[in-house]
Amino acid sequence: MSTAAEAELALQAKTALAKGQGYWAGVFKRVRRDPVTIACALVLLVMFLAILFAPLLAPHDPYQGSMIRRLRGLQTAGYPLGTDELGRDMVTRLLYGGRLSWFMGIVPVVLAFVIGTTLGVTAGYMGGKVNMLIMRTTDVFYAFPSVLLAVAISGALGAGIVNAILALTLVFIPQIIRVAETVTQGVRNLDFVDAARSSGASGFTIVRVHVLGNVLGPIFVYATNLISVCMILASGLSFLGLGTKPPEPEWGLMLNTLRTAIYVQPWVAVLPGACIFVTSICFNLLSDGLRQAMDVKG
Amino acid sequence: MILYLLRRALYAIPIALAVGFVCFMLVQIAPGDPINAIVPPDAPGDVVEQVRRDYGLDKPLPVQFGLWLFKVVQGDLGRSLATGRSVWSDLSTAIGNTLMLAVCASLVGFVMGCTLGGLAGTFRGSWIDRAATGLAVAGVSVPHYWLGMVMVVIFSVQLNWLPAMGAGPGGSSDWAWDWEHFQFLVLPTITLSVIPTGIVTRTVRGIVAEIMNQEFVVALRGKGLTTFQVFLHVVKNAAPNALAVIGLQLGYLMGGSILVETVFSWPGTGLLLNSAIFQRDLPVLQGTILVLAMFFVALNLIVDLIQAALDPRIKRA
Repeated sequence: MSTAAEAELALQAKTALAKGQGYWAGVFKRVRRDPVTIACALVLLVMFLAILFAPLLAPHDPYQGSMIRRLRGLQTAGYPLGTDELGRDMVTRLLYGGRLSWFMGIVPVVLAFVIGTTLGVTAGYMGGKVNMLIMRTTDVFYAFPSVLLAVAISGALGAGIVNAILALTLVFIPQIIRVAETVTQGVRNLDFVDAARSSGASGFTIVRVHVLGNVLGPIFVYATNLISVCMILASGLSFLGLGTKPPEPEWGLMLNTLRTAIYVQPWVAVLPGACIFVTSICFNLLSDGLRQAMDVKG
Repeated sequence: MILYLLRRALYAIPIALAVGFVCFMLVQIAPGDPINAIVPPDAPGDVVEQVRRDYGLDKPLPVQFGLWLFKVVQGDLGRSLATGRSVWSDLSTAIGNTLMLAVCASLVGFVMGCTLGGLAGTFRGSWIDRAATGLAVAGVSVPHYWLGMVMVVIFSVQLNWLPAMGAGPGGSSDWAWDWEHFQFLVLPTITLSVIPTGIVTRTVRGIVAEIMNQEFVVALRGKGLTTFQVFLHVVKNAAPNALAVIGLQLGYLMGGSILVETVFSWPGTGLLLNSAIFQRDLPVLQGTILVLAMFFVALNLIVDLIQAALDPRIKRA
């Protein structure tokens, strides 16, 4: 971030304080002035509504194919985005496929956020042996490239949505633990925590009242960034045949089954990947926007 | 300094052991009896019992881990269920191919990332900065297996410039340094390089921007140095961190190339893993993951040591 932008942020924070506005009002105000973040949020909202109401919007049945109209091109009458290798409507499959892709992109991050924050804040606040135990275990998982770890765990457990979610959660927990531990250590020695401790507050109360409020923001921003990664990884697992199983529609799996069709209908075959890309980049930019608006360092 | 290096090197030992333990556990967490990972499912009962005793699978878990570790250290990763060959024989050729792909992609990513990031950091706020930052975000958010497919569609199907699959003419996997073979490397390399390009661009932009704000840059400018000469000084300061980032990226690419290798049927560890997953060939899965993870541990160590050697400030931390 440039110094000019930082100066402006500081100024905004000051005026917000002078007007008696809260922190979140300031964040909201800054987000509203950021056209990229707004655009991404809108795209994600539209996508979310579309996949939520997929049964109402979808023109055809997601499982019912037809041998006669396999692999039609774009702009076929009645099938604006063509049909897949089993003659199923692509618009319908993409709408339904988004449900599983989003589910598998978000659920592991939420689970990892809850578990990782608990462990990370514990490690950061308690210090000593507890910290040692948690952080050294984290180091071991850091010794694996994340794609490899996800493939290893779900490869050993076998294909399936639950196994894929389990594997991805395990991949993200250490990353969140590290962030949570770092920010908690930063807060732990601040004056107001000392004040609370000297006035007799218990460790649990201090964490709940004084620490969590100050560390959840940065961890949350980091977690939103992980959604983008998680979505790519989850679809990647399905692409390898490790996540969803056919005939369930999921963007990664659709990309895999359509891979053989790139010589027949190349542009139809790459559609599911475009959906993953758009979702992932929007989550990424949204996370960047939030980071700036919430003034989170790092 | 030497003390730091020693401490860092010693710390890699428990990590390597723990990584080995995680890989050992992979077969344990797999559904079903771990014996199924060693003998084919149609083996007669007495053979199964014989193998169980030979492999020490009737012993408690820690003893089993010890036995397994003893074999692994000697280079015995077990036998493939599907082919019956030793895991190491398949793995050794595959690793060479993956390493070649990963090194090429890292080099491309490093050069692209440093150029884009350096330009973006130097001309902050300009259109160059915005374009580079945009490219970087796209690079880290693109599903690279999909990008590979798009590349194949454009350059192989539509334009017919480059081959879509394999690592050599006629499906052979013997490598030679000529255009006949090299053209097979182009698409996978570009596809795999988008992630390091994105990450290096982001990092280098941040580092350069930070350095440009420091006083010594102003002093150099005041001394009358040209923009290019100042840039050289900035490069010298940014190099250690940038090298560390790309070093780790090489490791991530080794492990992460599984998807890209699948798209391009590149005969590396990724393709090996993919077929192992498909056939539930657990010894191959375990061996490949173990070797790749150990490679990553070693790389982490090397990167830390080089960084400490280049930047004397590190050892204080």
